[in-house]
Amino acid sequence: MEDIFKEIEPQVYKSQISVPYQWWAGETASKFFITLRDEKKILGTECPQCAKVFCPPKKTCPFCYVDTKNWKEVGPKGKVITYTVVYRQLAALKKNVPVAYGLIQLEGSANAMLHYIEGIEPEKISKGMEVEAVFADEKSASIHAISYFRPVK
Amino acid sequence: MEAAIIGVGMTTIEKSKVGETYADLAWEAVNKALNDAGLGIDDIDNVITTSSDFWDGRTISCMAVGDASGVRYKNCSAVEGDGTFGAAYALARSLSGDYKTTLVTAHSKGSESISSIITNAAFDPIYERGLGLDMISACAMQARAYMHATGTTPEQLALVSCKNHKNAKDNPYAQLPMDITVKDVLSSEMIADPLHKLDCSPVSDGCCAIIIANADFVKKIKAKPVWIKGVAFCSDAYFMGDRDLSKAKALEEAAKKAYSMAGITNPQNEINVAEIYDAFTYQELMWIEGLGLAEYGKAGLMLEKGIFNRDGKLPVNPSGGLLSGHPVIAAGLYRIAEVVLQLRGEAGGRQVNAKRGVAHGVNGLCGQSHCVWVLDKEK
Amino acid sequence: MAKRRVAIVGTGQTHHRSHRPDVNGQELIHEAVTRALEDADLSIKNIDAIIIGNMDHFEGINYVDCWSIDGSGGYHKPVIKLTTGGTTGSTLAIGGYHFVASGMFDKVLIIGWEKNSESDTTGAITTAFDPVWDRLVFAGAISGLAVEAQSYMAKYGATDRDGARVSVRDRKHACNNPHAQLRKEVTLEEVLASPMLADPIHLLDVCPRTDGACAVIMASEDYAEKITSTPDWIWATANRHKYTYLGDVNWGELDSMAEASKDLFKKCGITEPRKQIDVIEMYQPYSFAGIIWIEDMGIVPRGKGAEYIWSGATDMGGELPINPSGGVIACNPIGATGLIRCAEAALQVMGKAEARQVPDVNFAVSTGFGGCMWTDMLLHGKKKPNL
Repeated sequence: MEDIFKEIEPQVYKSQISVPYQWWAGETASKFFITLRDEKKILGTECPQCAKVFCPPKKTCPFCYVDTKNWKEVGPKGKVITYTVVYRQLAALKKNVPVAYGLIQLEGSANAMLHYIEGIEPEKISKGMEVEAVFADEKSASIHAISYFRPVK
Repeated sequence: MEAAIIGVGMTTIEKSKVGETYADLAWEAVNKALNDAGLGIDDIDNVITTSSDFWDGRTISCMAVGDASGVRYKNCSAVEGDGTFGAAYALARSLSGDYKTTLVTAHSKGSESISSIITNAAFDPIYERGLGLDMISACAMQARAYMHATGTTPEQLALVSCKNHKNAKDNPYAQLPMDITVKDVLSSEMIADPLHKLDCSPVSDGCCAIIIANADFVKKIKAKPVWIKGVAFCSDAYFMGDRDLSKAKALEEAAKKAYSMAGITNPQNEINVAEIYDAFTYQELMWIEGLGLAEYGKAGLMLEKGIFNRDGKLPVNPSGGLLSGHPVIAAGLYRIAEVVLQLRGEAGGRQVNAKRGVAHGVNGLCGQSHCVWVLDKEK
Repeated sequence: MAKRRVAIVGTGQTHHRSHRPDVNGQELIHEAVTRALEDADLSIKNIDAIIIGNMDHFEGINYVDCWSIDGSGGYHKPVIKLTTGGTTGSTLAIGGYHFVASGMFDKVLIIGWEKNSESDTTGAITTAFDPVWDRLVFAGAISGLAVEAQSYMAKYGATDRDGARVSVRDRKHACNNPHAQLRKEVTLEEVLASPMLADPIHLLDVCPRTDGACAVIMASEDYAEKITSTPDWIWATANRHKYTYLGDVNWGELDSMAEASKDLFKKCGITEPRKQIDVIEMYQPYSFAGIIWIEDMGIVPRGKGAEYIWSGATDMGGELPINPSGGVIACNPIGATGLIRCAEAALQVMGKAEARQVPDVNFAVSTGFGGCMWTDMLLHGKKKPNL
């Protein structure tokens, strides 16, 4: 069959989806972030059934599917569950490479939170390493109220 | 189960299909599947398209392929996620008694967007997204957790890449057929430690279509059916910190259920071919174990022994897998189509000797949600 | 027809509001799910699979099926996401029906949700249309609907007063529904005096933006009858997503509704819908649709929609009440909206609709609208369908 599209140069139309978002954190995350900002304390929530303490905190326990009840202070020390060091400047990154990320399980918490690991040469980061939260100087009720986690001296 | 796959159609998987729209891709795959089944579009009584609004840069992304998939005068629906999930809903419709023949499509053009930003949007906007993670950095953390827990080595990961890129040389649909060595993989760019560039699947464009029919319809046609014996899917917890990343618990559960539906008690002996969602090298090994095709932590050793090679006892990704071409969303449906070709003995240069096979797809970060298909030559 | 019977055995809705800053998306979903579980007296352990949906760009979250686990209860369960734009909620209901009818699952939890307050709704909807053709010149929700209304008015001589009458009806009905977002009666004059958005559509002719979630539990016959003494049996489903380009649409008639209705009624042996159906929960995002689409559904002949509305037949107490819940004009969390229609129809059949109950409902119809003038439909019945 004759290819009627043979000589055609494909045109590419460029655009982007730019929808502004405002995510309501909800009362649980709001309490966590406000306490982090104002008191430099890290809070978790406790499940009344399985007694797990979650940090980041949850309004409901995903395992038991009930509302969590108590606030518990956790951290600011914890250990590195796993980590990576990113060397390519991937588009989503907010910092210049190398960027080290870790899953940090805080003392007193059953789960782990994602955050940066800094204050150490990236090659020296290890699984199980003890780290502590470094709080940001600038006041912000967000995950950035913690600047990063650094090794415990 | 009383249903079979009676036709498959794939476009080639390429880095950039700049000359073709989503509709063009769907049109090609759908017509190939119809020809394969020896059917016309009027023989199809309902359609499921699979797409992602994020990957396509379009709200209601299914709209783009409706015409090309022949939905105009039919009942239809749309699944968002991997094509194996789209096919699972299609199977439900074929088994419900309301329909006889369900056409399933899945498409994606990674070339049209930036995968790092798209997958960053899978992170929780309140607790995580602002940190700048994406699929590669998240999976690098999982790779490390898995390697640490099992003692799997970077060389073993690299061997997955060598095997799959080599397999792709006999797959006319594959994007990256290559002869590479373990050394090539280990000396390729370190993107996110421990994942090198050649540990990662590429960004790809492609569309796949399959036709699922109930048993009554299969009796009436000439096409060679491949029977669906078991299908199951299962999700793990969402937050990476809520899971043991070194284990694929949700996959174990899905596999267990799919095998039990298929009457399989010893998958290592009873499965002859597997097409697995190897978005990264470590994932092929982890998912092999999650699927019960190797003991936990032993897939790397079995790989070294050649068991998963095309001429091994249990060939894994004889097509070259996702490492040789990864159109997100469509990738799992390609796995199903590949197993269908294998079981029909129509896989050309990549053919293995198989009576029963498993195909596998994934949704979400670090293999949160898995879908497992057990397919058989015989009813 | 289906291999086995499927029924709705429980429903749950949030109290829908324009903004829900007290909860994030996962927490909002959790609210609807716990209410549905309570309604059916089940625990999350009894649920075999979860079907969830929304529209991605309203909240900007990729892989919502995965992200929502804390709220949906999907930990170590099969979870699948269906999405088709405005029809998402009804698409989910149709999905739940097929997953149960197929025998793959016995008890399925269906969740539709949206937090429309978290983004620019029109900005996101605009991206639904073809990026090369439609998006640049003609998109967004209201413009398309205005074209439909104008086309119909030109053909049949309807007026914006006719449209306003539908809005008056739905807003009055909403006062009986504690879950509705807007619960305030309006007069014809108020509708007509409200700002003109896109001629002939006034502000009070259209739906609001809403934060809300809805959950519905479907079960197979053997479980359904143990769970409740008044299951809502799904007799059949049908849909048409006919068009891809706005320019293809047959403006002034909703072809997708006409074809889906024919399909649905044929499957169930409904020959005189106006007489046989007792109540309709219609996904009617603006007032004029209340006139046009009942013609497509075959309730009244072409051009007779307005007359039927003015007769009061579709009001509470009339021959065929439409939208006892207040419908979409009173409340529109988009990904949930179609499922809310389904849940409200189920409440009518189950006799649990309280102040908005229509007496003696044997058959109810729920619909979904969205995409490029697309329609989804379900027929709900008090009696068991034939197999």
